[in-house]
Amino acid sequence: MSTNRQAASASIWRAPVLFAILAALFVLEGTVRNGMFSGSWNTSLAILNMGLISAITALGVNMQWGYAGLFNVGVVGFLALGGLAPVLISTQPVEGAWEAGGPRLLIALAAAVGTLALAAQVRKRLPKWRGLAVTAVLIGGFIIYRWLFDPAATAIEANNPARHGNIGGLGLPVLLSWAVGGVFAAAAAWAVGKVALGLRSDYLAIATLGIGEIIVAVLKNEDWLARGVKNVTTIPRPVPFEIQLQRNPEFLELANSWGMAASTASGIWVKLCYMLLFLVVLLSIILLAELALKSPWGRMMRAIRDNETAAEAMGKDVTARHLQVFILGSAVIGIAGAMMITLDGLMAPVGYNPLRYTFLIWVMVIVGGSGNNWGAVLGAVLIWFLWIKAEIWGPELIALLTSPMPDGNLKAHLLASAAHMRFIAMGLVLLLVLRFAPRGLVPEK
Amino acid sequence: MDILNAVVAILNFVVIPAAAYGAQLALGALGVTLIYGILRFSNFAHGDTMAFGTAVTILATWGLQALGISLGPLPTALLALPVGIAATAAMVLATDRTVYRFYRAQKAKPIILVMASVGVMFLMNGFTRLLIGVDEQRFADGARFIMDVRSFRELTGLKEGLAFKTTQGLTIVIAVIVVWALFWFLNRTKSGKAMRAYSDNEDLALLSGIDPEKVVRMTWIIAAALATIAGTLYGLDKAFKPFNYFQILLPIFAAAIVGGLGNPVGAIAGGFLVAFSEVAVTYPWLKIAGYLFPDWQPGGLLQLLGTEYKFAVSFVILIVVLLFRPTGLFRGKSV
Repeated sequence: MSTNRQAASASIWRAPVLFAILAALFVLEGTVRNGMFSGSWNTSLAILNMGLISAITALGVNMQWGYAGLFNVGVVGFLALGGLAPVLISTQPVEGAWEAGGPRLLIALAAAVGTLALAAQVRKRLPKWRGLAVTAVLIGGFIIYRWLFDPAATAIEANNPARHGNIGGLGLPVLLSWAVGGVFAAAAAWAVGKVALGLRSDYLAIATLGIGEIIVAVLKNEDWLARGVKNVTTIPRPVPFEIQLQRNPEFLELANSWGMAASTASGIWVKLCYMLLFLVVLLSIILLAELALKSPWGRMMRAIRDNETAAEAMGKDVTARHLQVFILGSAVIGIAGAMMITLDGLMAPVGYNPLRYTFLIWVMVIVGGSGNNWGAVLGAVLIWFLWIKAEIWGPELIALLTSPMPDGNLKAHLLASAAHMRFIAMGLVLLLVLRFAPRGLVPEK
Repeated sequence: MDILNAVVAILNFVVIPAAAYGAQLALGALGVTLIYGILRFSNFAHGDTMAFGTAVTILATWGLQALGISLGPLPTALLALPVGIAATAAMVLATDRTVYRFYRAQKAKPIILVMASVGVMFLMNGFTRLLIGVDEQRFADGARFIMDVRSFRELTGLKEGLAFKTTQGLTIVIAVIVVWALFWFLNRTKSGKAMRAYSDNEDLALLSGIDPEKVVRMTWIIAAALATIAGTLYGLDKAFKPFNYFQILLPIFAAAIVGGLGNPVGAIAGGFLVAFSEVAVTYPWLKIAGYLFPDWQPGGLLQLLGTEYKFAVSFVILIVVLLFRPTGLFRGKSV
């Protein structure tokens, strides 16, 4: 395998040592209490759990970027779309919502999809007057769709709006919704990829930027779907509630034997349960990805990435392969999105900020080592840890740096704006790694 | 049927806002398209460059206001613009020197440059937040209206009013001047011709003795000026909020691609196309239908899409262009 990314191979000890350092950071966070660390296992595990979800997102992005060189700028959208799955699949059905307008809503959505399909067929089949016919189909379809959709959505939103006002879920197990989240994201990825792949590489970036913003806008504004900005808070948990544990005599005994208060121990127990679940998902995705990479398919993907023209000359369908890997990567991002909503127990579309959920994930992938799954995981957990801790370390660092300065407006301004330093720091990290260590912390083998 | 009132309403709610917004988008898209033409990558930091330039301009405006200097009926921000442009130009030249030049020398793939521009975007975003914070800032002063609703009604005796804000008029006038100056520069001056030659065929331009670094520097300075002007006009017209400048990136890209990346005329046409579609699709046409067809009683507001989805309009335009004419309406670059 010759790839133009290959340079002198790194020491085999590099990845284990880096992972050990990372583990040490989390142990310090859990045990040492000083200005830098909190000394609480609850905090440490909470950071780790979110870090693991970021790691799965980073794996998805790494499939797209590391295996195929596709630049997805709409990670936030695919995450949000995956997050819709727990709401639609596993929350309890809302009484009266389906009767209010469920069937009509489904017919409306079917009409919308049917219109697009019909327009595509008309464009393909019709010998003459194509543009006119397609426009007519689209306008007619839009009118029918709005005629079906508007009353249905209004009726559902009017159904007990204080508590529900949404279509409600199916009441299925929440773990199932993780897979469905992947399917949702994959479907969106198919639609975007079909249009934007095969053109200039920048186009996919711009198209994904658009779809990301639109998905978040839909979640914010379509109240019938997931209550919009009113948030859905009743997402079921795959693990016990802390309060249940605290009432369980067996658990209380266990907490006693740990020498911890029941409240602390129950928090840790719940977070450990989540951690195990997330680790199972993470490791299975890595296993599948590594197996795929070692197969002929994986070699083909890398061949395409490293020299598209040569691969095309060998008879490989570059655009179709790109579409495939783009869909797979987005599905993984969707799974992560569903897991994140499950962990939070809350669907709050206002929180989907592209800087945090798209570009921070990119920093993770680039820092970790694009093309290497373990690198992506390492980068994700490390950058997440630093991102969280920078909230505490940043102001202290600035206070230290400005301590020789005389008190005044400038000093006050600098101290007040320390929170924004995180963005500058992340931008700097991205640029420095891209320039001086483009292969990341754990380079591709 | 009441055609006069309908026309006034269309002018007031659709044509004037869309023309001002289109001029702002066109200026932004011109910057993107110039950078694409010369440096051959889509600059994701452009929105935040606009925000940075506007932030500096606002600070300078506040300084001038504190000194008691004003332009009478015109916003003071116009006087502060050169300061904003100079600061932004210095900023982008610094990023070019420290970031992009390295990849240019390496002849890196365009996508790597795009990624580097994302890093620059983070930096600029942080600097803007440091400078001015994340809150909404209003900095328009001077006369608010060229024509306000009441005096228009008194003047014409029509039922429908027409408001023409100073910032809207100013946006259109300045956009025309800037575009004229840009095209004069590109078509008449030696440096402008060098830029166009470099954009058309890099190797040939190098053979004719054009200094590539000089061309690149000039491009960045022009892009910084366009970004600052576009950002300041947008901020005057609406309000300045850093996050909005990140979101305006999508319509700007859509405008540049619709017109054909690398093609300045296309960028202007694209800007207006995107702006007019956005406003027309999200405007509730009920009132105008009421003037034209008084007997018709439609059920809804006759609004095709909620204003929350205005970005969907740019996206759909982008998708349609990618599907049917990936090089854009005015034949931009294909690679």
